[in-house]
Order: sequence, then structure tokens, then C-alpha cells
Amino acid sequence: MTVSRNETQKKARTTALACLGLVVGMTALAFAFVPLYDLFCKATGYDGTPLRGAAASGAISQDTMVVHFDTNVAPGLPWRFVAETPQVEAQLGATKTVFFRVTNTGTVPSTGIATFNLQPGLTGGYFVKVQCFCFNEQTLQPGETMDFPVVFYLEPGIKTDSNTRDLTEMTLSYTYFASKNGQPQAALATPAGTRAN
Amino acid sequence: MAQAVTAGHDHAHDHTPPFFQRWFNSTNHKDIGTLYLLFAFSAGIVGAFLSFGIRMEMEAPGLQYFSNPQTYNVFVTGHGLIMVFFMVMPALIGGFGNWFVPLMIGAPDMAFPRMNNISFWLTVAGFMSLVCSLFVEGAPGAVGAGTGWTVYPPLSTAGHPGPAVDFAIFALHLSGAGSILGAINFITTILNMRAPGMTLHKMPLFAWSMLVTAFLLLLSLPVLAGAITMLLTDRNFGTTFFDPAGGGDPILYQHLFWFFGHPEVYIMILPAFGIVSHIISTFSRKPVFGYLAMAYAMVAIGVVGFVVWAHHMYTVGLTLQTQSYFVFATMVIAVPTGVKIFSWIATMWGGSIRFTAAMHWAVGFVFLFTVGGVTGVILANAAVDRYLHDTYYVVAHFHYVLSLGAVFIIFAGIYYWFPKMTGRIIPEWAGKLHFWLAFIGANVLFFPMHFLGLAGMPRRYADYPEAFAGWHWVATMGGHIFALGMVVFVIGVVLAFRSKERAADNPWGEGATTLEWTLSSPPPFHQYETLPVIVDEPSHAH
Repeated sequence: MTVSRNETQKKARTTALACLGLVVGMTALAFAFVPLYDLFCKATGYDGTPLRGAAASGAISQDTMVVHFDTNVAPGLPWRFVAETPQVEAQLGATKTVFFRVTNTGTVPSTGIATFNLQPGLTGGYFVKVQCFCFNEQTLQPGETMDFPVVFYLEPGIKTDSNTRDLTEMTLSYTYFASKNGQPQAALATPAGTRAN
Repeated sequence: MAQAVTAGHDHAHDHTPPFFQRWFNSTNHKDIGTLYLLFAFSAGIVGAFLSFGIRMEMEAPGLQYFSNPQTYNVFVTGHGLIMVFFMVMPALIGGFGNWFVPLMIGAPDMAFPRMNNISFWLTVAGFMSLVCSLFVEGAPGAVGAGTGWTVYPPLSTAGHPGPAVDFAIFALHLSGAGSILGAINFITTILNMRAPGMTLHKMPLFAWSMLVTAFLLLLSLPVLAGAITMLLTDRNFGTTFFDPAGGGDPILYQHLFWFFGHPEVYIMILPAFGIVSHIISTFSRKPVFGYLAMAYAMVAIGVVGFVVWAHHMYTVGLTLQTQSYFVFATMVIAVPTGVKIFSWIATMWGGSIRFTAAMHWAVGFVFLFTVGGVTGVILANAAVDRYLHDTYYVVAHFHYVLSLGAVFIIFAGIYYWFPKMTGRIIPEWAGKLHFWLAFIGANVLFFPMHFLGLAGMPRRYADYPEAFAGWHWVATMGGHIFALGMVVFVIGVVLAFRSKERAADNPWGEGATTLEWTLSSPPPFHQYETLPVIVDEPSHAH
């Protein structure tokens, strides 16, 4: 049972290095979780992240759901932002277009980008955006008004999912944030243009 | 149980280094353990002072002591962070772990004595950083970080523009780094330096508990470090990990935090599980019931502890299936925990029980931890949690498992090992009086919080409606009783050092079978120069 001192030290060093590897691995995992979580939300519509897709091609259902629109502007951006209608009744599977009107009430040109979310969050996986102003940033001159379309459809699967089949309405919420120095803040998280959610 | 046949120690070569060398450049596991215990006591005083501020304010409705409720939030945050990271963890892991893991497994010291020293001083530096955060601006117009120990964004980012949160984050970084180094040290020591003949399945349960705890630290703390680093860059360098303005998601922080946070609660309680097993076994004069089941129950708790984190986040909008999973997984933890509770009772069953001070604390722990565990099972239900989330019911629950669980075992460990650590004896009456004051005080303090929570009293509010006043007053009175117990504790320790009475090598008699009791009290500065050899003793076979 005599183990030489050197051998013990060598074994100790191996164990310690293995532990260190575990620590480095877990730290890397924590950071890897950020893009993975983003990817996961986009792929599954988790936590109210609407999906991005091509135009609806499936069957159109007789069922309808009410989609409410909620528009906000974060402090620091002198914009007025409204939807053309507070809500629409959407047939499942049918493509809908809704216009949003943005006005720069300030005295200087400003650039904004919108973030968005669906409530209840469970509906995210069934809300497909075909076209949205929120995919890109917008620059408005003082006093300029622009109308931006959102083209979307609801996946009929929402009526077969046990989590969502009892829902009759949902809210799509937008918030316009100021882009800083012409560089949208969103670009810091993911490159602009490739953002899909 | 296994027993040592030789435990060689050589007093002739026992020399201690000079004061500065010994206590500031310490590489001796027992001295570092002592430093950790003294540090935990000092930090505990600060944390207790903050909780006293909380209880004084909550004694009556209206604002009595805090002109700015944000300052109250700072007290709550400071109390939580200090008690978790700078009191319970240093005491149980750094203190008792350093002192007794090498002694129990028959090792001369920790595997990396110098790294052990770094671990300790990193923890102290972390505490200094946290104390700094109390005195610099946090939220606009108020000093200190009032974010709660969870440091959720956006409150911790947009809500606290001042540097207080940065200091708090650095405090967690530093103490986290210290804990990770300490954990590596424990794992290396336990896996490589056990005495000849001591297989993992003969290792004392406290060493088992420290092994599992060390792995939990290694797997969970880096995730916290990652999350708070992202918080730091969100705050200072314009990243938007958790900021919706840039495509981030604050819920992501909650996932990362609780992936650390839930194992963290087991990090705080597993060492206590180890200690209480030894105390109950010693004072029942029986080997612990179901030794292997006890060891693997801790492993099971550690493993399952990593897959239940979202039960802290039932209200963030998880799907029904996800919630069902987390309810189920959380309840599964009650099984290995039940194995431990019943094994402790079975250890006492038919034993020759002596109700020493340490045994009082250990049995008190088993009772109170069970109460806290049962409220935990209630809170694990997603539907019930809708109602109880962020109420005083939750406060009552985690104080039952921590303040009455982990803290009771810190005191149990002190009364059990004080003769071994110092060679002095705390009078039994002091330990028992301290116990009864703490037991009554803590129950009067925390049990009414269940009623407050069920009635709808939310956490982290400095003021409340008149209707809650009665039980809040009762709770504050309980706090005073608990504080009185602390005075008795200090008196007991002072009396121990003033008395000429010296402890025997094994003051607890035949029930105390672990290796530390084969050494002198206090143990020599360097122990086990000839390694003890462990042989199976048929009469104690299990």
C-alpha cells in the first residue's frame, strides 16, 4: 500500500486538471446557451417568439382567432406608432396583412428598430410572419410618416395543440427602440438582416 | 464500520510557524478551516445585523427605520448574499470541510495547500467587494444594490445605473472563483489521498457529502459566473444578452441563474447532511443506518438537483408540459431526501441516545428540515405556486431549510467538534440553552411567515397593510429570542477558553468512530505522518 509521493502528486494533478476542464466546459456552456436559447426560441416559437416563414400554403380552416395589436415606443425615440386597426379576426391558414403607421414627431432624423412578442407565449409556434417591418431598422426624417405592412398567417395546428386549442385570441406586441449611432442595438446580439424572430 | 488500527502522529516534530506566517500565508488545512470559521462568524454578524434591520422595520406597518424603501431592499439583498456566500458556504464547506475532510480520510493535508489559501483570501476579497457595494450608488438616489440575491435584469441593469451592482457582481465572481478552487481541492484530496484501505464505500459520510458538494460547485458556479458576466457587459459594455431592446431576453438570465441557484441550495445543505449523520451516529452509539443508501441518496440529490431549476420560474410562461415535468422532477427529490430523514431516525431507533448539546441541534435539525422539506413539496406544485410565488410562504420555506437547517448544523458541528478543534469544552448547559433559545426563537420567527404568505404578504416590501401586522410582530419577537441565543453561544465560547478544563482525545466515547477522534485534541499541527490503515472490523460489519 505504499504509493510514492511523486505518483500521488501526479494523480492529484490529473484530477485537478480534469476538474478544471469541467469548470471551463461549464463556463463555455453558459455562454453557448445564449445563441442556443435564441435558436431554440426561433425554431419552436418558445416564449412568444413568432416564426418566420414563406406565404401560407396549407389548407384554410373555418376557425378564426382574434389578433390584437399593441404598439409601444421606448423612451428616447420621438415617434408615434399605431396599428391601422386595434385587432383583426384571422382565419387559420389564411394570409393577413396589417399596416402600422409610424411618424417621427421629433426635429431630427432618427432610426429605430422594433422588437416584438406574442402573448400568450404559447402561441408563438403558430404565428408565422411572412413579411415584417421589424426585420429591418427604419430611418425617418423629421415629420415623416410611413406605413409598414406586417404579413402573417396562423398555423391551423394551433387548434389541435392541447396547450393552445382553448385560446380564442392573442396579442402581438411591438416596441420601437432607438438605434444607437446608426448601429442598431440588435446588431450587437445577432447581425441585422439575419434576425428572424 | 471501518476502524483505524494505527493512527501515527509524531509530536516531536510539531512546530507551528510564527503568527503572520501561520495565519496570513497559511497552508495548513486546520488553520485555513479555522480562518474560514472565524470569517463566516464575522460575515454572519454583518448578515444578522442586516436581518435585524429587516425585522425591526417589519415589526409594524408603515416606515419606521427606513426613510427610503430602496434601502430596505438593499438590506434584504445584502442579507441574502452574505448569508449564502459568506456565512453558510464558508462555514460548512471552507470551515468544517477543510478541518475534517483530511482528518476523516486519513490525509496529512489538502492536496493543494497553497491553493487552499488562495480560496480563502478570494472569499474575503469577495466579501470586501460586497461591503463596498453597500456604500456606493445603486438605484438612482440610493446607495447599495437592491436587486435581491437573484440579481434579475432589468432591475439589476436598467434599474441600478450606479456601480453598486458591479461591486456585488465582482463579489460573486471572487467568492465563486474561491469556491471553485476549493472544490477542485476537495475532489483531488478525496479521490487521491484517502488512507490505505479506505475505499470510497468506507469513507465517512461527511467526506461523501463534501465530494458531492464539490462536484455541484464545479458544475453550477461557472454558469453563475457566465450569467453575471453577461450582466456586467450588459451594464457596462452595451451588450444586450438580457435586454429586449437589442434582441436579448431577461428570462434567459433566470434560466442561467436558477441552473446555478437550485444546485446552490443543495451545496448549502449537503455538508449539513454529512455532519448530522456523524452526530446522530455518535450519540446513538450506533453506526449510521443504511450507510450506502445515505451516500448514494446524496449523489441522487446532487444529480436530480440539476434538472429542476425552472420550479423557481413557474410564472414566466412555461408550457403546461414543461411545468408538469418540473413539478414531477422536483418531487422526485423528496425520495432520496426521505431516505436520509428515515435513516437518521432509524439510526436513533434502539440506540443508546445521549442528549448532548450537539445531539439537541442535530435532532432539532432533522425535525425542522423536514418541516422545510414539506413546504418545499407544496411549493413544487406549479398550480399552488401561482398563488404562493414571491410571498412570505417562500421566505418561510427557505428559512426552514437554511436558517433552521444549515445554520442549526453549523452550530451542531461547532458543539460536536469544538473539543477536537480547540481542546476546550463549551459547557453543555450553554449549548443546550443556546439550542432551546434558537429553536423556539427561529420557530416563532419563521412559522408565522407561512400564515403571512398564505394571506398574500409579498416578499421584499418595506411596508404592508395593517392586516399583516400581528404575525409580523410575532416574527420580530422570535428574532429577538434567536438573537439572545447567539449571546449565550458567545458566552459559552468565552467560558470554554477561560476554563482550565481540557478535552480528551475522544470526549464522546465509543460512538465516535471516525478518524479525527484517534488524534489528540486539538490535533497536532501536522497529523498522520504515518498514514492510518483502515481494516474491516467484523463486529461492526454492516
